[in-house]
Amino acid sequence: MTTERTVAIGSGAAELATEDMVLNIGPQHPATHGVLRLRLTLDGERITEVEPIVGYMHRGAEKLFEVRDYRQILVLANRHDWLSAFANELGVVLAVERLLDIEVPVRAVWTRMLLAELNRVLNHLMFLGSYPIELGAITPIFYAFREREALQQVMEEATGGRMHYMFNRVGGLRDDLPAGWLDRVRRAVAEVRAGTAQIENLIRGNEIFHARTRGVGVLAASVAAQYGVSGPIARASGLDFDLRRDEPYLAYDELDVPVVTRTAGDCLARFECLLDQVGVSLNLAETCADRLAALPPGPISVRTPKNLKVPEGHTYAWTENPLGVNGYYLVSRGERTPWRLKLRSASFNNIQVAPDLMRGALVADMIAILGSMFFVVGDIDK
Amino acid sequence: MKTTAELIADDPLWLSIIKVVAIFAFGVVMTLFMIWLERRVVGRMQHRPGPNRVGPFGLLQSLADGLKLAFKEDIRPVVADKWVYFLAPIISAIPAFLAFSVIPFGPDVTMFGHHTALQLVDLPVGVLVILACSSLGVYGIVLSGWASGSPYPLLGSLRSAAQVISYEIAMGLSIVGVILRSHSLSTSDIVNAQEGGWYFWLLPVSFVVYAISMVGETNRAPFDLPEAESELVGGFHTEYSSLKFALFFLAEYVNMVVVSALATTLFLGGWRAPWPLSAIDGGVLNTGWWPILWFVGKTFFFLFVFVWLRGTLPRLRYDQFMRLGWKVLVPVSLVWIVLIAASNALWNTPGVTTGQRLIFFGVGIVVLLVFALLLPDKRVADDEEFVPVTGSGYPLPPLDLSVPKSPPRRRLPAAPEPAEREMEPAAVAAADKETGDGSL
Repeated sequence: MTTERTVAIGSGAAELATEDMVLNIGPQHPATHGVLRLRLTLDGERITEVEPIVGYMHRGAEKLFEVRDYRQILVLANRHDWLSAFANELGVVLAVERLLDIEVPVRAVWTRMLLAELNRVLNHLMFLGSYPIELGAITPIFYAFREREALQQVMEEATGGRMHYMFNRVGGLRDDLPAGWLDRVRRAVAEVRAGTAQIENLIRGNEIFHARTRGVGVLAASVAAQYGVSGPIARASGLDFDLRRDEPYLAYDELDVPVVTRTAGDCLARFECLLDQVGVSLNLAETCADRLAALPPGPISVRTPKNLKVPEGHTYAWTENPLGVNGYYLVSRGERTPWRLKLRSASFNNIQVAPDLMRGALVADMIAILGSMFFVVGDIDK
Repeated sequence: MKTTAELIADDPLWLSIIKVVAIFAFGVVMTLFMIWLERRVVGRMQHRPGPNRVGPFGLLQSLADGLKLAFKEDIRPVVADKWVYFLAPIISAIPAFLAFSVIPFGPDVTMFGHHTALQLVDLPVGVLVILACSSLGVYGIVLSGWASGSPYPLLGSLRSAAQVISYEIAMGLSIVGVILRSHSLSTSDIVNAQEGGWYFWLLPVSFVVYAISMVGETNRAPFDLPEAESELVGGFHTEYSSLKFALFFLAEYVNMVVVSALATTLFLGGWRAPWPLSAIDGGVLNTGWWPILWFVGKTFFFLFVFVWLRGTLPRLRYDQFMRLGWKVLVPVSLVWIVLIAASNALWNTPGVTTGQRLIFFGVGIVVLLVFALLLPDKRVADDEEFVPVTGSGYPLPPLDLSVPKSPPRRRLPAAPEPAEREMEPAAVAAADKETGDGSL
């Protein structure tokens, strides 16, 4: 390194040449949860420019959809957001079922809702644990994982998977529920509710936590709308939008879905949205379990041909995923594979707004903002 | 009766060497033990066992880790400044051990037939030596960051420099209170002066300021900004590996022990036994070798607090941390010093009655209150550093979109019989229309 710099001497501090430092956050960095890369331009510790560089984890999911049949697509769709696998499967099967004009058995509908809500809690707990770690509090993540374990156990019992459930099938669910499973779900939900209260005690009122998050990375509702931000992040900015209420799928129209919103739009609001949403989802899961228990016995799935050919047409199915709106635009030409399956993932849109929030912030704020965007890199890069 | 300094001055060379070795061993063993303790305690706080495989209760885990570090490849970045990079961890570690030399571990004892004190040296400026050592240690951190030739360590070392400058001042000011009371800078004299009462309750403000600034001084959570693993990866030691990294680790833990030992010396009566024990048999527990036990016990109390903080608190932001130092700790210390000096002066003036003293203090408090009320309210300052959103050459979405109105919440009448109700989810209902449109 023999870079020579000439600095004007004697011409006063105003003309002293200073250089901005370029700092790469990632692709490998503890705060990026994978391989997101941000190129920061720093003036001291203040950020003057941010450029997110995405695509390190691009797996060509959309293109692969086009050469897989509808059972195989589920495996792929499952994986772009590995923290909300069940919710991802759901979007695909809803779209396919709509084109096929299949009516799913009632029990399957309620079971899907129950599992989707449990999956939402699992996802949120992950971020409730990882966000404090980014701010330097190392303990909450272990509490969060303890609660995740309780939920994962019931999920595993029903589906056989702990992360990638693969439980949805076109026309219903793969298997019927194990005997006595609903009681264990209720017990797990009660357990998680108590445990979440502990996490809340641990971090919510902490003054340092407030100092680090309040008023940091304020996202205005209009900006959120312009960027297509959705999910808890948008709701924390006051964008009162939740597909479960506003365009119900499954049987959400029969439930009263309380939508957690905040108006501040800062990191704290985003965190609180997530925290309160856990409680809401646990309540919904409990209601679903009660409804399921009251339903008469019946099939959990309709029989579909092994060689499933979806009639020609196109449809768009969107679901309220844990991280935001997840959409599948399915175009079929009557073949065994879709002609096109466009994936609209929540994190991809949500992360676009991050540079706007980071400009002018400090490096430490940047971490706080990045963490509060609650993204999964696979969901960004697809 | 000789003073401690005179006692130590009579030590033969071999006795001094024994003490030096003992102090060094104490530092290293405490480091190994502290790493184990920290991992176990934090593990307990986090519902997990912590290291429990190597040796009884996993006690030898840190030793195994240390050996492993020694056998690792020693990497030096190409752009690193060779000598500074090499020297930085040494500069960081040596002063940490050096500070131990003036800490009094106990009173007079007889060691191998020689009457001496459990202290290596007793300088008339002992406390200043410790302050100087901890400031010197920071050079190691700053130089390591600079010499690594990498942005993360550079940011870490810059933070460290600012942090230590500000917290050194707060720490120094908190010690001034102790000195005003004990009339000495020598550590053994300070311990002796606490015979009548420990300073943590005689000088509570100094104690609190010291306790906060000692965490800042040692770069520990919640003030671990120079390392900040979620921000700066490893901070100043990002580029270090092998034994050099181990030296930084050693320095950090030895520093923790040093500031804890100093806190014990200055505020918790040093090696003196705690109250009910000190009354036993006319203070027999304050003589001989017993005091080492009390001293180590009190030091461990502080060390436990370090671990406790780490398991509990998030990290402060750099500017918030600076604000705490300069705008809270330093002014509070200054006012406190004035108070101590004033009360010292009043109490030492003959012919002043207690009533007069109280009146004097009352007037002082009223003046302070009036002053506080006259201070203008905090004004919301414009952020001069604010950088406007400029756009980075990427297509921006149209900026005149308005927020869609929130849809009204749909409330459905309770379904009469959930089981009987005909299921027709909206999704399926919508499908007819969609498929109809779709046949292009």
